[in-house]
Amino acid sequence: MTALIPLVVMLPLIGAAGALIAGKRQRLQVIVTVVALVAVMVVSIVLLIDVDATGALVMEVGGWAAPVGIVLVVDRLSALMLIVSAAVLLAVLLFSVGQGMADGDSETPVSIYHPTYMVLAAGVFNAFIAGDLFNLYIGFEILLVASYVLMTMGGTGPRIRAGVTYIVVSLVSSLLFLASIAMIYGALGTVNIAQISVRMAEIHPSVQLTLHVMLLIAFGIKAAIFPLSFWLPDSYPTAPAPVTAVFAGLLTKVGVYAIIRTETILFPGNALGDALLVVALLTMVVGILGAVAQADIKRLLSFTLVSHIGYMIFGIAMGTVAGLSATIFYIVHHIVVQTTLFLTAGLIERQSGSTSINRIGGLLAAAPVIAVLYFIPALNLGGIPPFSGFIGKLALFNAGAEQPSWLVYAVIGAGALTSLLTLYALARVWNMAFWRPADEVEQYESALLDQLTEAPGENNDSEGKSSPTLMIAATAGMVAISVALTVFAGPLYALSSRAGENLNGPSNYVDLVFPEGVE
Amino acid sequence: MSVTLLLVILMGVMYSSGVYLMLERSMTRVVLGFLLVGNATNILILVMGGGRGIAPILGDGASVEDFNDPLPQAFILTAIVITFGVSAFLLALIYRSWRLSRADELEDDPEDLAIAERDAAVEEELQHPDPHDTEVDHLDELSAAQELGEKGEEE
Repeated sequence: MTALIPLVVMLPLIGAAGALIAGKRQRLQVIVTVVALVAVMVVSIVLLIDVDATGALVMEVGGWAAPVGIVLVVDRLSALMLIVSAAVLLAVLLFSVGQGMADGDSETPVSIYHPTYMVLAAGVFNAFIAGDLFNLYIGFEILLVASYVLMTMGGTGPRIRAGVTYIVVSLVSSLLFLASIAMIYGALGTVNIAQISVRMAEIHPSVQLTLHVMLLIAFGIKAAIFPLSFWLPDSYPTAPAPVTAVFAGLLTKVGVYAIIRTETILFPGNALGDALLVVALLTMVVGILGAVAQADIKRLLSFTLVSHIGYMIFGIAMGTVAGLSATIFYIVHHIVVQTTLFLTAGLIERQSGSTSINRIGGLLAAAPVIAVLYFIPALNLGGIPPFSGFIGKLALFNAGAEQPSWLVYAVIGAGALTSLLTLYALARVWNMAFWRPADEVEQYESALLDQLTEAPGENNDSEGKSSPTLMIAATAGMVAISVALTVFAGPLYALSSRAGENLNGPSNYVDLVFPEGVE
Repeated sequence: MSVTLLLVILMGVMYSSGVYLMLERSMTRVVLGFLLVGNATNILILVMGGGRGIAPILGDGASVEDFNDPLPQAFILTAIVITFGVSAFLLALIYRSWRLSRADELEDDPEDLAIAERDAAVEEELQHPDPHDTEVDHLDELSAAQELGEKGEEE
């Protein structure tokens, strides 16, 4: 069964190579990439079933035993992340295929798009199974370099401008991560995550703190945690809609995943718990206030993305099994819902030629299907019962109430406020873009709306196009998954709890990698 | 084994000049800064690997302590390859940006400019209120702001 683990990285890379060779033959390219992602999906389902039964799988690459060789570790958290990422990547791929075929690919040159997308997938999967800090760095680099290409695809002015910000910020975070790896190697003489965890206790607490803070800053930039989140709303909205959707769903979550590993295995004991609580509070509140001020749907969604990262940091900062379980559930929920909303924003853009809520209206009558596809995930993200967003937030607040302190209560309050403001921001989009009759759009003026800013570089070329069936179907599939998360919340939450149990103290992880003990 | 002081000083100089260059607006300088910081990080890895030693495996009858640690060198090789690829991409990006705008400087963010202009306009109107100007769109907002200003003056 361990032989399956490298497949989740190998298959997308083979798919990327195949797509590159297929080059000019679009249909073949699409088939190759879809088959590769479906295969990864099947492998991750098998892995999840196996891992949930046995606890975890460890693969020693090349047959070299743990401290010398590289290990790939799949525990319940990794398997769950693999399966959700594979599903999201597949849905977004189908969406972009539908969009590309209809648009004639003027802005997304297909011969580069598919291979790059598969490399991005390989990077994401690699980061989730890395049992070695340097391998994690490699996973980050693979996905980041692929994301640079996807972000600047087409090479238009706004994309280059946004791309430069994104790339320079990501480079700084990568270099910080590399420098922390160097310092960890200098202090501990290893980069194996399990072995670091064992040796960490031997070094001076102040050195530990330095390494801890450096890693958190490096991952915090990737996860877009306040105050390291400024780059995200500036860069994400300019990319093509499917690219933004997959970035929003997955890339920040890889950062959150790395933070979970840092806090539970590398530096257990929650030394920075209070600082993380404050950061979580600020991320939520500052992020959502940004969203409320936006008139452009894609920018608004980018700000909600930043703000909802705060919930995950809240769960991690508590450091309890309940908090971690709730965070894992929330990550799964948020990956699905945020991606769906960005896909819907792509549909809105096609339908009405703009994503500015000042300029569009009457979509409920014009495109009732899109309205439904927006309404369900919007309520879900806003945390309306009975959707999974509500369940996730409730679980987080419950976990918070178990360890009462004024700081935790403050974060819970901020979380409730953020939830309401999310609902407000998304409901405003609903009122303006969908509910408002189309003929009011011209006359509607308001001092408040004049002040709101619009995203740069939107084009009105595609005005009035109806959306291809494949795009609608892919988005509907994502909405169906998000509803399924609600319907099957019980089993999913049980699985998250078991994954959270696994993270309770580093000994579980260390025992996996070193079944015979560390020398 | 001891660490060469020279390498540490070199690393410090490269880090500081690299960070300085990365803060510049000119994109070419940002790339140069990135190269400096990247190579400074490589030196950091080298320094963290310990001091000088003979090449591993080949030492005739040498003890383990005499060997150099090969693992950081493998890290550095990987990091060099990544830095190389990313710099190539950055240069292509700069070239594209140059083709588009004939300027090497990073453009201002349009969102930031819009906010700055709006604030400046409101400020301007506040300082030189024009009673005959009825065309202003944000009249309500201006009068509200004026009232606030007057209140402030009264206090």
